[in-house]
Amino acid sequence: MAEYHLTTPLTDADVTPLKSGDVVYITGNIYTARDAAHKRLVETLDAQKPLPFDLKGALIYYVGPSPAPPGRPIGSAGPTTSYRMDTYAPRLHSLGLKGTIGKGKRSDEVKAALAEHKAVYLGATGGAGALLSQRITDAKVIAYEELGPEAIRELTVKDFPLLVINDCHGGELYVKPNLG
Amino acid sequence: MKTVSAKDIRDAVAAMCIAANRELPADVRASFEAAHAAEDAPAAKEIFRQLLENADLARDTGLPLCQDCGLGVFFVEVGEDVRVEGSTLREAINDGMIAGYKDGYLRKSSCDPFTRKNTGDNSPAIIHFDIVPGDKLKILMMAKGGGSENMSRVTMLSPAQGWKGIKDFVVGRVAEAGPNPCPPTIVGIGIGGNFELAAVNSKKALMRELDDRHSDPEIAKLEDELMAAINALGIGPMGLGGKTTSLAVKIIVAPCHLASLPLAVNIQCHSARHKEVTF
Repeated sequence: MAEYHLTTPLTDADVTPLKSGDVVYITGNIYTARDAAHKRLVETLDAQKPLPFDLKGALIYYVGPSPAPPGRPIGSAGPTTSYRMDTYAPRLHSLGLKGTIGKGKRSDEVKAALAEHKAVYLGATGGAGALLSQRITDAKVIAYEELGPEAIRELTVKDFPLLVINDCHGGELYVKPNLG
Repeated sequence: MKTVSAKDIRDAVAAMCIAANRELPADVRASFEAAHAAEDAPAAKEIFRQLLENADLARDTGLPLCQDCGLGVFFVEVGEDVRVEGSTLREAINDGMIAGYKDGYLRKSSCDPFTRKNTGDNSPAIIHFDIVPGDKLKILMMAKGGGSENMSRVTMLSPAQGWKGIKDFVVGRVAEAGPNPCPPTIVGIGIGGNFELAAVNSKKALMRELDDRHSDPEIAKLEDELMAAINALGIGPMGLGGKTTSLAVKIIVAPCHLASLPLAVNIQCHSARHKEVTF
């Protein structure tokens, strides 16, 4: 298992060497989006309007953070379950999205899109929201503020700790259940 | 007749909501420590290390353990000789939950099922009332996250399927859920009753202490059998492989119709947040 320190935006050269099981620390800006925000992003694309952030080389973090208490940039901020965004992810990858961050299994369509567009699916530890928030140094809402926890935020992260779950070569980290 | 003020209930519920979201229950923490020691795989060990650090951090900083602070679910036992003064009991609990989620900087996750518009204050609280003899009012609060709830199921088995059918369904459900519900999970199971009672019992089962043995030794044995079968799946913490897929299996049994074998499986993530108060 290799360890990588990557800075956003990501390139093909950043993503291609990654293998499932590798540890990746991300520094730079990433974008939060979950269910409702993805619906809006796709509606925006359908209407041929510009997206609120540049997808090229971008990383989307599937998270709806808890409110920031006074003196902190953000509340707890761990991953939500990714499969609910599977219907949207391939289209976003085709437009330059280089990676997604979440937890849980992805569909075959998403895995195929990772291979086709050289992208990666990264896992953060579910239920470790207080811990993960310590690596987020800044957060600002950039779109859909009315969605509250589901608004799109630009997060500034430093050494955000992740595992490669699905790489662009068909590798997968999750174990298959032993059904005897 | 005992009188309890709505304000006292409201304040206690608010405090429970905040504390539940910040303090990992002692039994869950102890199970993390035991699993951390028992796991051989470095990835599984590392997850438990992170979860223990996360719990310390939540306790010390006041940040919630998880950003999904859940819907507020309440099991309330109302003594027949208890009277609430100042508002209805339902209003007192709902108001307390709203106050706790606001004052504790907890995420509000309740929304309209069609428009998906957030209700803004985590209301309405989901409350299960039970009338019991006596003059006590007992309120159990659970902060139930969406990820593990989505992996839960109710099914109506045929009586002929029996224990094998129950076991296959429960283990199959945990296997299919895999990493999604944030394992290690706690598996609450309602067997018998009817469609809705099985579901309610499966959730209520999650309120039992992890090391609590079922009072019926036969059911306790079934819990052990399911636990062994689930952990043999090898899914492990966060689906990365390991010995600990679930921390406990808890069953509640109720009589059912001659024609039915209702079964509900309610999966609880490792962030098993609950509190209780008695007046």
